[in-house]
This record gives sequence, C-alpha cells and structure tokens, in this order.
Amino acid sequence: MLKRIAAAAPAVLVTAAVAAAQAVVALPAAAQPQDWRIGFQEPATESARAIQDFHDLLFVIIVGITVLVAGLLAYVIFRYRASRNPVPRDFTHNTLIEVLWTIVPVIILVIIAIPSFNLLYFLDRTQNPELTIEVTGQQFSWVYTYPDSGITLYSNMKQQDQLEEGEPYLLAVDEPMVVPIDTNVQLLVTASDVIHSFGVPSFGLKTDAVPGRTNETWFRADRTGTFYGQCSELCGANHAFMPIEIRVVEKDEFEQWVASRQTAAAASAPAMVAAAD
Amino acid sequence: MAHGPEAAAGAHGHGPAHGAHEHHDHKPSFFVRWFASTNHKDIGTLYLVFSVIAGLIGGLFSVIMRLELQDPGVQYLADGQQWNVFITAHGLIMVFFVVMPALIGGFGNWFVPLMIGAPDMAFPRMNNISFWLLVPAFGLLVASALVGDGAGTGWTVYPPLASIGQPGPSVDMGIFALHLAGASSILGSINFITTILNMRAPGMTLHRMPLFAWALLVTAFLLLLSVPVLGGAITMLLTDRNFGTGFFKPDLGGDPLLFQHLFWFFGHPEVYIMILPGFGIISEVLPVFARKPIFGYKAIAASSVVIAFLGLLVWAHHMFTTPSPTVVLVFFMMSSFLIGIPTGIKIFNWVATLWRGTIEFKTPLIFAAGFISQFTIGGITGIIVAIFPVDWQLHDTYFVVAHFHYTLMGGAVFAVFAGIYYWFPKITGRMMNEKLGKWSFALMYIGFNLTFLIQHTIGLDGMPRRVYEYPDVGNLVLYNRISTIGAFVLGLGILLTVINILRSVKRGPVAGPDPWKANTLEWFSTSPPPDNNFDVIPRVRSVEPMKDIRRQIAYQTGTGSEAPPAAETLVRG
Repeated sequence: MLKRIAAAAPAVLVTAAVAAAQAVVALPAAAQPQDWRIGFQEPATESARAIQDFHDLLFVIIVGITVLVAGLLAYVIFRYRASRNPVPRDFTHNTLIEVLWTIVPVIILVIIAIPSFNLLYFLDRTQNPELTIEVTGQQFSWVYTYPDSGITLYSNMKQQDQLEEGEPYLLAVDEPMVVPIDTNVQLLVTASDVIHSFGVPSFGLKTDAVPGRTNETWFRADRTGTFYGQCSELCGANHAFMPIEIRVVEKDEFEQWVASRQTAAAASAPAMVAAAD
Repeated sequence: MAHGPEAAAGAHGHGPAHGAHEHHDHKPSFFVRWFASTNHKDIGTLYLVFSVIAGLIGGLFSVIMRLELQDPGVQYLADGQQWNVFITAHGLIMVFFVVMPALIGGFGNWFVPLMIGAPDMAFPRMNNISFWLLVPAFGLLVASALVGDGAGTGWTVYPPLASIGQPGPSVDMGIFALHLAGASSILGSINFITTILNMRAPGMTLHRMPLFAWALLVTAFLLLLSVPVLGGAITMLLTDRNFGTGFFKPDLGGDPLLFQHLFWFFGHPEVYIMILPGFGIISEVLPVFARKPIFGYKAIAASSVVIAFLGLLVWAHHMFTTPSPTVVLVFFMMSSFLIGIPTGIKIFNWVATLWRGTIEFKTPLIFAAGFISQFTIGGITGIIVAIFPVDWQLHDTYFVVAHFHYTLMGGAVFAVFAGIYYWFPKITGRMMNEKLGKWSFALMYIGFNLTFLIQHTIGLDGMPRRVYEYPDVGNLVLYNRISTIGAFVLGLGILLTVINILRSVKRGPVAGPDPWKANTLEWFSTSPPPDNNFDVIPRVRSVEPMKDIRRQIAYQTGTGSEAPPAAETLVRG
C-alpha cells in the first residue's frame, strides 16, 4: 500500500514542480524548444501571451484539483486499510457533500469560462489588417503570397547540407515568411491538396489549411527574430518535413526587403517574357 | 450453493441431434464449442482472448514507435509513410480490437447475464456472429498495413488525405474492417439492450441493477446512436475513393470538414463507449474491497446517462482549429465543460465509497485506485484542451497524446486490468497470483506515468504529434527518451500480467464460488458457472443480493446478529 502512495507521489510532485519551475525560471527569448523548458515557448504576440497567462491560471486550478483528489485517495487508502479500520461503515449518502461536489465544480467552470470567452473573441480576427498574406499548404511545403506587393515565396525545408550555422534541422526553411514588427498581419490560410495546419507556437497561432476553404487568422508580433512552427495536421509521408519559419523585422527593413524582392521579380520578368517569345 | 455444473449442464440444449445424449457428461466438440458457440461465457472468453492477442500486436506497434522516437533521426523505420501506417494501425487496433472487445464483448458478455441473473444473452446466435465479424475485421486491418503502401491516414481517416492522398487498396481494406467492426458493435449493443431490459432476475428493478450492467446499457445505446454515423461517413469516403462521388471533394462541391463532423459525431461518443464500461468495473470493484456499499449508487448511474447525453453534443471540440464560427465554438466549449461535472461526481463518489471502509489491498482494488488517480489527470487535462484559445496552442501536439492516453490507457486499460484480476476466479475457477499482480501494477503505474506525464511537456514545448522525426533542439531528445524508457517499464508490467494469466489458468489455487465475498449475482453461481448459469435465482431485494444472502445465512445459522430485511425467497430459475 505504501508502494502505491510512493508510486502516486512522483506524478503529483512532477506536476507541482512544473508549476513552480514555470514561475521561477527566466526563459531565454527564442522561438523553438529550449533546454529544460517545461512550459510554452516564449510568446511574441499579445495573443500568445494572453493564451499562456490563461493557461497558467488553469494550470494552478487543475494542479490544485489533482492534488486534492490524489491526496484524498492516498489518505483514504492509508487511513482506512483493513488492518487499521477493521469495521466498515455502511453509509451510502450524504446530501450536503453531494450537493457541494456538484456545485463547486460548476462554480469553478464558470470562473474559467468567462475569461475564455473574452479571449476567444479577442483572438478571433483583427479589425484592422495592415498586411495580408495568403498562406497555402501543399505536400510538403508552404507558399506565402503577399497580394499587395505581388511577392510569392515558396518555402521549403532546408536539407541538412543546406543549413547555415545555428539553424535547426527540420525547422529552418529556404524562404521564410518575412513580416514587420508591430503590424496587424492578416493570414488567409488554405491548402491545395490535403489538409495541413499552420501552427506557430510563440505566436499563439494554429489554423487548419483546408482545401476549398479560406480560413482567416491574424497576429501582431511585438519583437523581432526568427520564429519556428510546424505543420500540425497529418498530411502524408513527409508531414514531419514542412516547417514554418517567420522572420519578424523592423518596419523599414521590411520595406527594403519588399523593394528588393519587387526589383528582383521585375528584373526576371522581362527575361521570362523574352524566353517565352 | 447446492447446485453445481453437473446438475445444470442439461438446461441448454445443443440442437435435437444431441437430445438423446446423457446430459451430465455432454460436452460439445472443440469446434462446436468455440466456433459455433451460443454460450455468452464462451463468446466472452473468445472476445477476451482476441483482445489480448490484438493488444499484444497493437502494443508491439507502439514499442516500435517509441524506439523510433528515442532519437531525433530515422533509426528503425523506412519512411514517413511507414510511420503513418504504424500510428493508424496502433490507434485503430487499440480502439476497435482491444479496448472495446475487452470491455464490452469480453466482460460485458461474461458478466451482464450473470449479474442480472439471466441464463444467457437474449440473442445467443447473434452474439456469436458479433464476435465472428470482428475476426475478419481485424484480419482486414492488419492486412491493410501489409498491402501496398499501407493506410497512412491516422485513425481519424480524414479526407482528402484518405482519398486522393492514399491511392491503393489499403484504405479501402481499412474501411471494410471498420464496417465489419461496426456491424459487430451494433449487433452486440442490440443484444445488450434487449438482455438488460428483459431478462433481469425477479426483484431486480433498474434501480437494483449492478452499476456495471448500467454502464453497459448506456454504452450500448451510445453505440447504437454513433456507430451508424461512422458507417455512413466511411461509406461516403469509400465511394469518393472508388466511384467518383464528391462528398468530401471541394472541386465537386463537397467539403472535407463534413467528414470531420460525421467522424467526431461518432468519435467523441466512442471515447465514452470505451470508458463507461471501465467506470462500471471500478464501481463494482471498490465496494467489494472496501467492504462497504457503493456511495451514491443513483448518482453514479445517472451520471453515466448524463455523460452519454453530453458526449453526443461535444464533437466539434476536436475541430477547434478548422476553424468554426465563434458562436459554434462557444457552444462546444460549454458542452465540453459540462461533461466535467458528472465525471467529477463519479470520482468523488468512488473516493467516498472508500471513505471509512475496510480496504483490502487485493490487486483489483489497487488497479482501481490507479485508475482513479490517472483518470483524474486525463479528465482534467480534458478541461484544458476543451478551452478553445488554449487548445489552439495544444491541438495536434503531444499534449493531446498525453491527455487521451491518460484517459484510455491510464483509465480504460487499467480498468480492464482491474476487471481481469477481479473476475479471473469466476471465469476460470482459479485465483491469480497476488504477488505477481502487485508487481505488475507497480511496473505499469510507474511505466505509464513515466511514458505519458512527460508528453504533456513535450507538447507544451511545441512538438507536433504524428511526426517520426523531430528537431534536435532544447531537451526534446531527453524528454522523448524518458518516455521511451517508461514505455518499456509499462510493457514489462503488462507482460507480468500475461504470465500471471497463463500460470494461473492451470496452477492457480481453486477459487470457489465467491472468493472476494462480493455483492453481485455472478458470485452466486459456481466458478466457472455452468452452461445455464443458475438453477435457482434468489429474489433480489437490494443492489447487493449476495450480501443479503450472506446475512441471511449468518442469521439462520445464528452466527450473525443482524436480521435480514425480509424472508428469503428462492425462485425456480
């Protein structure tokens, strides 16, 4: 019986330790899995921050409930073992306690529900998109189109021999999506073959790319850097090989990037027309 | 209990051809007994053996998957398609060919008639076909993994991946496998409903029916409501694949999301189909080993009904990222929250059943306690993923894998093990080894939590599920290794129980009719029970007829002080 309690304890302790560590450890700023992290990736948007704060609140509640149930169970099993409590009682009802354990969960759920509805409507869509990017998932890469500037990026995963220093294999791509900081970016997500899902953990983003449908989502990144995500819906043999890389840059840097891309496109277009002739 | 198997054997005829035989030494041939069986106990045994074999095959798939994931590169598998075939086979086998046959076909068949004092199921021949549909279904599914490229769709078979994404016969074979398994389930549930509603012992009102029978009754209704929807969805998928229809094809005016709605209208009730019989087992085991009546009998029975009803109204919470209109999300978030309440009521009732009892540390009780602690975690992480905004972060990550393994492995499978240790003496007439059972539990409990607790962390860190390679960043490798080590400890624990079963079938100590001093009618018969189960059935006066009988005997022999509530009446069976 002690064995059972000993077996139950680590589960509870680890869960509690996760909460403690989340609160204490200062996380390095980056957007990929980090050493010794046991929580979410460092947020880079208001949405992700709100989601994570809400998750942390939930976490305290569910750890509390889990510890309560596990503790009660351990206590009951220890205290009322046959050798210590040889005469069992035979009660089968207790109205007060039954009402309590029905009402209290209802109250807890209401407390959880109210902020989650608020968050839901906040995350839904942006009122004022400043930049629109069309995201198309295909087996097994992403296509990003900037309709306002006529840029199209074909974003493929970098193979191991293409990687530059410090780039993580299976996350780095040859053509990352580039977006400016502090801008409401509207994403129109679809797919051309099977269902994919566009997920970037540090942005709090996850939207399925469904053929025949255009799903809208948005983000507003508040720091520069490189942010990684992965396809999050099973899409075939190379599902593990269609990562998402988003580079958030300063606004002027983004303008330059757009201009350089448009020049490059303009330079190659006459050549292509000539070749077609 | 004066009656024995010899006296009872004659009650069930085996056709006119056998009518002239001496009743008491009549034994059907091996073929007739196991292949043409109409006896619910033999069919239940077939289901149990089948699910153990399927479980070992499905478990083998998961061991290979965990081996593959212990390092970030590709070690054991050929390519991603093979990985996808493995996850598909693992999921479908565990759901349709392990958990359901064990809990519903196995324990349900064995113990629903015995618990309600019936001689057999209502439709014995239909019972037989229910089982024998499952065998070719399993054959088709396993063969689908070996033909061509295999079915690499995940157990959810979402089109268009399952239509244009997977040419070749494998997915079609998988669809036929599910058709057969579905037909088997529908026939089985009709049988359970009819049996439970019509064949209860005299005096056994619905409110005196054992909670396991209650759980099976609710499960059978859920099956009947949800499985035909799956059948329809996969039939449409089949015609989309082969006959040019466009139910799920956007270029022909169809919609892939229609399939997801239909699939999860089945798929979420399916979760409760797998866990409700487990709840039933726990509700039987706890009062026996706490030597105390179940706390809140009506609340537990009613909460099953409420869970089943709500379970039909939450399906779209599997589709929070598709996305749906916000008001729809709000509805499904609320309905998913509500399921937490009846589930919580059950857990508190179980703890209250143990409260001030006299707890005997037999293996079934230990597995039941392990079930409660693990299912609590699985249930409560369900609240986390039910919350739409947070689910956006967690959907399709390892967090979800951890969540549903806590409910289905830590929950349903631990309940199966509690059932095995509790009912083995009744099924075989022999006791299982307690020491081996406790070792098995310890290894399974440690191994299970080692495997799956860390997967919550892997998911929070952003690792998607259903990938066979992952980036070597952060501590993903370390976390995945911990998980793999846990899987081996868990596997070892399971093997100890398999060894225990094999040893005890022949060499375990003889159990006698009622080794646990249990409460329900299956313990009124011999171990194993005769063909017709009972020669006489006591009139049932409470939820615990066996306790009433023991009290009666103690009173009449002068060893007990307490008078029974009313005079015992025996009814000719």
